[in-house]
Amino acid sequence: MPTAATTETKPAAPTIEKIKVKVDGREIEVPRLTADWSGKLTPTTMIQACELAKVDVPHYCWHPQLPVAGNCRMCLVEYGMPALGPDRKPVVNPDGTLKIAKMPRPAIACATPISPNMEIYTTTPGVKQMREGVLESLLINHPLDCPICDQAGECKLQEYSVDYGQSASRFVEAKVHKPKAVDLGPRIMFDAERCVLCTRCIRFTRDVAHDDALGIINRGSYNTISTYPGMPFDNNYTLNTVDICPVGALTSKDFRFKMRVWFLKETRSVCTSCATGCNIIIGSREEKIQRYTPRENDAVNGPWMCDAGRLNYRWIGREDRLKDVFVRGQKSTWTAALNELSDKLKKAPAGSVAIVASARQTNEELWLLSKLKTKLGAISDSIARTGAEDKLLVNADKNPNINGARLTGICFTEVGINLAKIANGIEQGRIKTLIVFGENLVKHSVSTKDLSEKETISEVVEQHGLTVELLGKLDTLIVSDILPNETTKLAHYVLPGCAHAEKRGTFTNTKGRVQKFMKAVEAPGDARAEWEFLHDLVHNVTGQNGFVTVEGLFNEMAKDVPAFNGLTWAALGDTGVTVQI
Amino acid sequence: MAITVNRKELTFWEKLYLPAIVGGLKVTMRHAFNTLIRRKVVTMEYPEQKWTLPTGYRGAPYLVKDQDGDTKCVSCQLCEFVCPPKAIRITPPGGTGLKADRPNAEKMPAEFEINMLRCIFCGFCQEVCPEEAIFLQKDYSLTALSRGEMIYNKEKLLTLGGVSPGIQKWKHKLEEAEAQESFPVKI
Repeated sequence: MPTAATTETKPAAPTIEKIKVKVDGREIEVPRLTADWSGKLTPTTMIQACELAKVDVPHYCWHPQLPVAGNCRMCLVEYGMPALGPDRKPVVNPDGTLKIAKMPRPAIACATPISPNMEIYTTTPGVKQMREGVLESLLINHPLDCPICDQAGECKLQEYSVDYGQSASRFVEAKVHKPKAVDLGPRIMFDAERCVLCTRCIRFTRDVAHDDALGIINRGSYNTISTYPGMPFDNNYTLNTVDICPVGALTSKDFRFKMRVWFLKETRSVCTSCATGCNIIIGSREEKIQRYTPRENDAVNGPWMCDAGRLNYRWIGREDRLKDVFVRGQKSTWTAALNELSDKLKKAPAGSVAIVASARQTNEELWLLSKLKTKLGAISDSIARTGAEDKLLVNADKNPNINGARLTGICFTEVGINLAKIANGIEQGRIKTLIVFGENLVKHSVSTKDLSEKETISEVVEQHGLTVELLGKLDTLIVSDILPNETTKLAHYVLPGCAHAEKRGTFTNTKGRVQKFMKAVEAPGDARAEWEFLHDLVHNVTGQNGFVTVEGLFNEMAKDVPAFNGLTWAALGDTGVTVQI
Repeated sequence: MAITVNRKELTFWEKLYLPAIVGGLKVTMRHAFNTLIRRKVVTMEYPEQKWTLPTGYRGAPYLVKDQDGDTKCVSCQLCEFVCPPKAIRITPPGGTGLKADRPNAEKMPAEFEINMLRCIFCGFCQEVCPEEAIFLQKDYSLTALSRGEMIYNKEKLLTLGGVSPGIQKWKHKLEEAEAQESFPVKI
């Protein structure tokens, strides 16, 4: 009996006492303790209580996934506590309610724990004045660079200026000028004038990335973020500091002056650079991908992602992409090529076909291939791809969907054990037709230098015996790929496929989380999503009706594949569902 | 629901039409007299002669340079965003691309195109520009032999736009920074 798909099971949380607080006059129940950035239970703070009450408290330095610093002072609120009489007992109003004494001074909401019957006031004239004051103080030395600042459009200073700013500055003296366009590391540009010294970047790189690379130097007005002299800020997570920087002080060199953020179309997707499957947002404009940013999913990547994965998008827009269907070197059409292929595969005797499918294909595509495999009695496998890993996000397995390939029956737990059998079969002439999806078979083992941009940093592809000579022995070599390579050159049928950003589908990550991704840009030329033409091919060859939408296809697959039983496309949501692997 | 508008009933003289014809002829004859006898010209020899345009006239938008001859535009793309007919298209410089020709501005467009066939001369670009780099000027008769020629590029827009002196914000900032005692520690 296969286990039904379940959402990730977490260890039963200890029961946490709930306490009542009032936020802007509305009473809510808040747990006394909340997990902090490291997962440790700490007393719930006022800003967390306000968040639960859906009351927005402006802040710069506070971040839910970072230690509390409490230095920006933007989250100052007023609050009241039950008044105590001379007998140290709460004073009761005539109507039986507790008498609340408003505190004479405000407190920062991010670092002040709540206590029973506390009242938090975020809309009083005093709070408004404090926010205006803090903002004015932060803007005193701000260069007002907005027209040339990459953060414009997603800048907290801009947002809070709309809410609490003044139209003109009262500051008549000369502003303090600090260094601009400082090269902080290979991927980071720093502008000291724009910095509000919230120290989010320092805390991130020290406590999350475990690379204590940044700090504050100089005194008073000359405070500035810096690395140790001569030490670059170059760990694999530096670009996260650009995301969490509330202003435009830290900007990405890759995205620098490339596009204004308000033009970007945001598409929910999944990173394909390793098996972790970080959730991302693809920012694109006019069919061109401009950047990846992490999308928060606490079950996978939290709010972070690695720099290598983030910058691994340029190959999608490459000029030499496969754009046309080729049949034996001649440009052809999809209809003609698919009809010809269907006829060939229908006539193929059992056991004469082998399939090598990449674990970069989606679950749906691999499932369609496994249907072909069953029909044709084919032998199939995938190719393992390994590389460096770290403790935070990067996985050693560089295939985004090896578990999908396992679950759909394309490969076994040990990936690549069938490749020798396939090579042997071709050698002996038993296997006449080879179907290859998204893999360059000819490239046995590669060093980092030879890698196309599609391959991620320092990955090694397993050795196997499928050589050029062997592939030359085949009657039919069907290859679908995205970029041209040695195998597509040898192929009798070249079927141009799509990058993940150009189609929809699902991947199963290393922990078995099935996550869907959406289409951000159109595929170039005649390239079609693999599941679309595979669906046609499977329909022609097996006679089974499939589904013309990816939703229907996924739901059909969920019924067929034991591990995915009970899943639906809609139920995957934005953050995915974990299945038993 | 249809609304019926009651038309005024024509009077007898109006139904006759003759008074209106005579009225029209009077205008024709007056102009004939003025031009032929009194030699008073009421038309203009366009395009040799042109109108004196009122101030605030909204003609074609062109890019302007500052008094030092440098490009004012910093490629913030607000005009591209605000442009109702999407006539403006800016190619930003990118991180390693074109450096601004003004000191301290860091950024200027790699390419700036206005499709004058699309432009509706609304003036939003001029209004939104934080750098006072684009102005609607007094050209109204834009002609070309092809549609492609009607897309004005950065070079053409800058040549046509001329110089518009103003506050040199970025230069001023640089001077202010240089006037301060040097930043204590170089990073």
